[in-house]
Amino acid sequence: MDELGAHIELKRPDCVLGYEITLGELTVDVTPANISAFVEFLRTDSACRFSTLVDITAVDYPDRAKRFDVIYHFLSMYQNQRIRLRVSVREDELVPTITDVHPSANWFEREVFDMFGIIFSGHPDLRRLLTDYGFRGYPLRKDFPTTGYTEVRYDEAAKRVVYEPVKLVQEYRQFDFMSPWEGAKYVLPGDEKKEAQK
Amino acid sequence: MMDGTNQFGDAQTGEQKIRNFNINFGPQHPAAHGVLRLVLELDGEVVERCDPHVGLLHRGTEKLMESRTYLQNLPYLDRLDYVAPMNQEHAWCLAIEKLTGTPVPRRASLIRVLFSEIGRILNHLMNVTTQAMDVGALTPPLWGFEHREELMIFYERACGARLHAAYFRPGGVHQDLTPKLLDDIEEWTGRFLSFIDDLGNLLTENRIFKQRNVDIGIVTEEDIQNYGFSGVMVRGSGFAWDLRRAQPYECYDEFDFQIPVGKNGDCYDRYLCRVEEMRQSTAIILQCLEKLRAPEGQGDILARGKITPPKRGEMKTSMEALIHHFKLYTEGFKVPAGQVYACVEAPKGEFGVYIVSDGSNKPYRAKLRAPGYPHLAAIDHIASGHQLADVAAIIGTLDIVFGEIDR
Repeated sequence: MDELGAHIELKRPDCVLGYEITLGELTVDVTPANISAFVEFLRTDSACRFSTLVDITAVDYPDRAKRFDVIYHFLSMYQNQRIRLRVSVREDELVPTITDVHPSANWFEREVFDMFGIIFSGHPDLRRLLTDYGFRGYPLRKDFPTTGYTEVRYDEAAKRVVYEPVKLVQEYRQFDFMSPWEGAKYVLPGDEKKEAQK
Repeated sequence: MMDGTNQFGDAQTGEQKIRNFNINFGPQHPAAHGVLRLVLELDGEVVERCDPHVGLLHRGTEKLMESRTYLQNLPYLDRLDYVAPMNQEHAWCLAIEKLTGTPVPRRASLIRVLFSEIGRILNHLMNVTTQAMDVGALTPPLWGFEHREELMIFYERACGARLHAAYFRPGGVHQDLTPKLLDDIEEWTGRFLSFIDDLGNLLTENRIFKQRNVDIGIVTEEDIQNYGFSGVMVRGSGFAWDLRRAQPYECYDEFDFQIPVGKNGDCYDRYLCRVEEMRQSTAIILQCLEKLRAPEGQGDILARGKITPPKRGEMKTSMEALIHHFKLYTEGFKVPAGQVYACVEAPKGEFGVYIVSDGSNKPYRAKLRAPGYPHLAAIDHIASGHQLADVAAIIGTLDIVFGEIDR
């Protein structure tokens, strides 16, 4: 696996930023600019042959300048090996689509767009996929509340389903069971005196 | 049309003008296997374009998972592919075990294989028989669901729930099986094998069934690679790819089983593959029962440690064990920071779980890779050029369940 990582880094130094092997899995950091050509290389190179696209997803890190990690998983049924590509992008950055190399990327990219609002340039049909028709916002971003913004109910008078802003009858319960001794930051009564002394 | 816009220059009346017809297939359609809405563009009876609208069963599982502990998230996995719940839990447990480096005791490993194979039979029974119903046969589902019911009773006897089991836990399985249950499963396999023969008599050489399935929805090796297929969709085209064999997980490398492959990659071959896989699963179940009864198969069913609860008896006498139990079920266990992808050969194909952990008791991001998702995404490619009635047959053999596609 180490050989494979070194091989890829050697062949495509323009795309690869580095690679790591953790828990028996190869992760390669890639620049977004020529991801499509790089994926094509992975598909056709005789040592790689990553011909199956397993998954595309993203991870949101709101505190970072490059907010999103777009993650690609590939599988080679011929060489029996897997690889993960990680592309870091800013919120306003476009990621080139890989649908021309892997037609299966179509829905995966649509889902990432739907859930994170990352736009894939050159995608043939970038519509929302899983969320409601006319949905607003990007649910899997960390700043999107789990309850969402709208709720629906059937209105007897209007004889149709109406959309309304979420009204919670009860406060949303976010239990925090972390131990007070390790990790969690609790402000216990009297703690503020210590802060004031400093 | 008399104004010269007609490119052929023919005079046409309004009735002669032909345009393609758009119809909605579903969301409430018995052959849609759930809440699938297909917007079909038809030229006569031939499908020109097929645009699936999914998401009607979207529950935001991945978002919910980010605010719950690893153990609380486990039952969500049951609700994905609700036809074979334990296979999904398996992938979740494997991912956590990989991150934490927990070894699974042998007996738990065997029980997992046993119930994964029961899940595979549950799924294939559902799929094969309802697909037969989609193309016009009513008896197979009536017979098949009788056996599904028995299997679900085995589920119930193992964990207390017929469907949403929450039985596989990180580090093992929740409870041990009784010897009586093992005997009953063995007794069932005998009856089941004769049922499969009966099912084969009903369908395999049935003229109507063959007319509806042979040469319908052909998948080539190129399609497999381009559209990211897995599972029976791959094997039906003669490509022997099975994660149980290619990248063995759990203790599948100890078992002796065959991987059936098709020849033409059409709906009929996929049907034959599924039937044969049920036979192979039965063989694995029998081997499993034998290993579970052997002396090496005895022992604990949970890797006792930080991520699993202590034994009940210990809890009653040891203060530390009681505290551990309390903290485990309130705070949950912490998983080292990192990212991991674990996958299993679920009945429908490769089911994968990708976890990004930040070292806390909740996953920072969990992505569930459902096998049915790329299969349904490719339906435009597979169904185009087929007749409208064939769409039902194709949806049937794609084996899609909306719990996992919409998540």
